Amino acid sequence: MSEENSEENDTEENDTEADKIAVPASVQRSVFSWRDLLSESAAALTAKPTRTLLTALGTILGVAALVTTIGLAKTAGNQIVSRFDELEATRVLVRPVDRQQGQNNVEVSVIPFDADDRLTRLNGVVAAGTKSDVPIEGLARSVPVVDPLGQNEFQIPVIAASPGLFPAVRATLETGRVFDIGHDERADNVAVLGPGAARRLNVSRVDNSPAIFVGTETFAIIGILADVEREPDLLNAIIIPNGHARERLGLGAPAEVHIETEIGAAELIGSQAALALAPDNPELLRVSVPPSPRGVRTSVESDVNALFLILGAVSLLVGAIGIANVTLVSVLERTGEIGLRRALGATRSHIASQFLFESAALGALAGLLGSSLGILTIVAVSATRQWTPVLDPWLPVAAPPLGALIGLLAGTYPAWKAAATEPITALRGGT
Amino acid sequence: MTVPVVRLANVSRVFEGSPPVVALNEANLEINQGDYLAIVGPSGSGKSTLLHLLGLLDRASSGVYYLDGIDTADLSERDRAGLRAHRIGFVFQSFHLLGHRTAVENVMLADVYRRDGQRRRRERAVASLERVGLGHRIDAFPTTLSGGERQRVAVARALTGEPSLLLADEPTGNLDSVTSEQILDLFDHLHQGGLTVAVITHDLDVSERAERHVRIQDGQLTQPIESAAARGSSGGGPGGGRSVVPR
Repeated sequence: MSEENSEENDTEENDTEADKIAVPASVQRSVFSWRDLLSESAAALTAKPTRTLLTALGTILGVAALVTTIGLAKTAGNQIVSRFDELEATRVLVRPVDRQQGQNNVEVSVIPFDADDRLTRLNGVVAAGTKSDVPIEGLARSVPVVDPLGQNEFQIPVIAASPGLFPAVRATLETGRVFDIGHDERADNVAVLGPGAARRLNVSRVDNSPAIFVGTETFAIIGILADVEREPDLLNAIIIPNGHARERLGLGAPAEVHIETEIGAAELIGSQAALALAPDNPELLRVSVPPSPRGVRTSVESDVNALFLILGAVSLLVGAIGIANVTLVSVLERTGEIGLRRALGATRSHIASQFLFESAALGALAGLLGSSLGILTIVAVSATRQWTPVLDPWLPVAAPPLGALIGLLAGTYPAWKAAATEPITALRGGT
Repeated sequence: MTVPVVRLANVSRVFEGSPPVVALNEANLEINQGDYLAIVGPSGSGKSTLLHLLGLLDRASSGVYYLDGIDTADLSERDRAGLRAHRIGFVFQSFHLLGHRTAVENVMLADVYRRDGQRRRRERAVASLERVGLGHRIDAFPTTLSGGERQRVAVARALTGEPSLLLADEPTGNLDSVTSEQILDLFDHLHQGGLTVAVITHDLDVSERAERHVRIQDGQLTQPIESAAARGSSGGGPGGGRSVVPR
C-alpha cells in the first residue's frame, strides 16, 4: 500500500527555480512558522505530562548519573589535592642515601649542622631544620623521687633538632618557648617536650624551671609543644638542641632535613636542596618532594570517571531508546492527527520537523532536570562528607544540549515514520 | 465566465499490483462555484479514491485535475500542501479533533499551515465557530461536546480559511439521525451563503439534500444530466445496483 502515494515523495523537496516558474502565481505554499513549531510541540508535550516525564526518565537519570560522576570526581579530586596543598605540597625531605650502599664504612654524614642557614638562603624556603634520633642510655624521669605506687621512669625518645625544625614542621607551643641558635651554639642542656612526653613526665608548666633526667643527662625544660603538623613522632619526644647532642651525646651529623617551602616551590627546592647542603657530593643525598598535584588530580578523576562514565553512557543509551520507543508509540497513536495536519496543509517535512522538535525538546528538558538532579546529588554527597562541592561551569550548561542531541537522535526514526504516514490511511483510522 | 472550482478531465487512478486495480476510470467532473454536489456510491466503489484525488491527498495516474483553474498534476508536494491549506476545507466522518485542545484551539490549528493565517488567529476561529452556531462553546474540550457539536467544530475548522471547496467525507457517518439533520441543515445554510460543497456519502438522506448528484460505481463516475431528473428515475449505472434517490 505504500505505492499509493509513492509519486508524492519525488516532488516533495523539488523547489528549484524551474519549479517556481511553472507554478501559477496564485498558488500559496503552506508554511510552518517557528512560533507554531514551538507552540505545537509544547502543546503535544504538555498534553500528557506524566507520560512526558516517564518518557524522559531514562535520559534524566542518565544525565544525572553523568553530571554526578563528573562533578563528584572533580569534588573528590579537589578535596584530596587541597589537603596536599596544605601540607604535602610544601614539604621537602632530605635524607642521606642508604649507608649500606656506600663503598666505605666511614660514617661521613654529608648533612651539615648549618643546614638551616644554607637552605633558608634559597628562594622559596620558608623554614628548614634538621632532625636526628639520639641514642641515649637510660630512662627519662622528671623528679628524683621514687614513687612506689606509680611509674615515673619512661623510655622516651630523644631527638636532636636545629631551631629551624619547629617552624618547618609547623609546631605550635603550649607553653614556654623553643630553643634558639644561642642554645644551640652554647650546647645548653635545655629541652622542649612534645605534649605526649610532657604528660608522661608530669610536666605541665615551665615558669618554675622544671628539669628532667635522661640517663645521666639533665635538661631544663623551656617549652612544651601543643601540636605539630608534620613528624608526629615529635609529639612524644624530648627535643634537644643539636649543639648539645653533638657535644655531649656524640651526634656525628643530622639524620634528615625537613624543609617547608612556599606553595609551588617544592619541586624547585627539591632540585636545589642537595646541592645547597652538600655541594661536593650531592648524589649522597636523597630528596623527597611531594607528588605533583596535577598528577594526583588526574589520576583520581580518571579512576572514578572511567567506571561511572560508562555507567552514565549506558543509562543515556537506555534513555534514548526509551524516548525513541515512546515517541514511536505516540506516532502510531497520533496517526489521525498526522493525517489531519497533512489535510490541513502540512508537508511531510512539517510533520517530521514537529516530531523531531518534540523529542529534542523532551531531551533538552530531560537534560535540564537530569543536571539539576545531578548537582543536587553532588551537593548532598559533599554535605555528608563535609567536602566543598566543586563544579565545572560547563557541566550544567552542556547538559541540556546533550539531552537535546539525544532526543534528536532518538526522534529521528519516529519522525521519519510520522512523515511517511499516508494521510489517506491516517484519516481512515479515525480517532 | 467564472472558472469552475473543480474540473476533472479523464482522471484515472490505478493502484499498481498484480493485477492492477483501477479505482477510478476516466472520470470527468466539473464543480462550479456555489454548487452543492453529492458523490454517491457504495463502499468499495472508488469514492474514497475520488475524495483523496479531489482533496489533493493523492495523485491521479493519468488525466488532468484543475482546482480553481490551477493544473495540479505537476505541482510539487509543497505546492499541493499549500493548495490544501488555502483552498480546501476537509470534514471527516470521525471529526479528527485533538482531544487536549479546546474547540477554538482546534479551529485555530487550521491556520497554522496557512500563509495568511499567522495573525488574528483566535478572532477568525471564534468567528468561524459562531458561523456554525457554537459561539457559546468556544472553550469547551471535545470530550464535553456532543457528536453533532464536534462535527460543527470540524466544519468551523474547515471554514476558517474561506476555502474554495468544502470536501465532506461521510460527514454524518458517526451521528444519529437528529444530529445528522442539524449538520445537513448547516451545510444547506453554508451553501446558501455561497460556499461550494462536495459531500461524499453512501447515505441517501445525505445526498438528497444536494442540488447535484454524481454516482460512482466500480470506478465509473456517472452523472445524471439534471438532479431534478435524477429524482424521479431509478438511475441505473454500468454496474446496475442501487438507486441513488428512493421515493
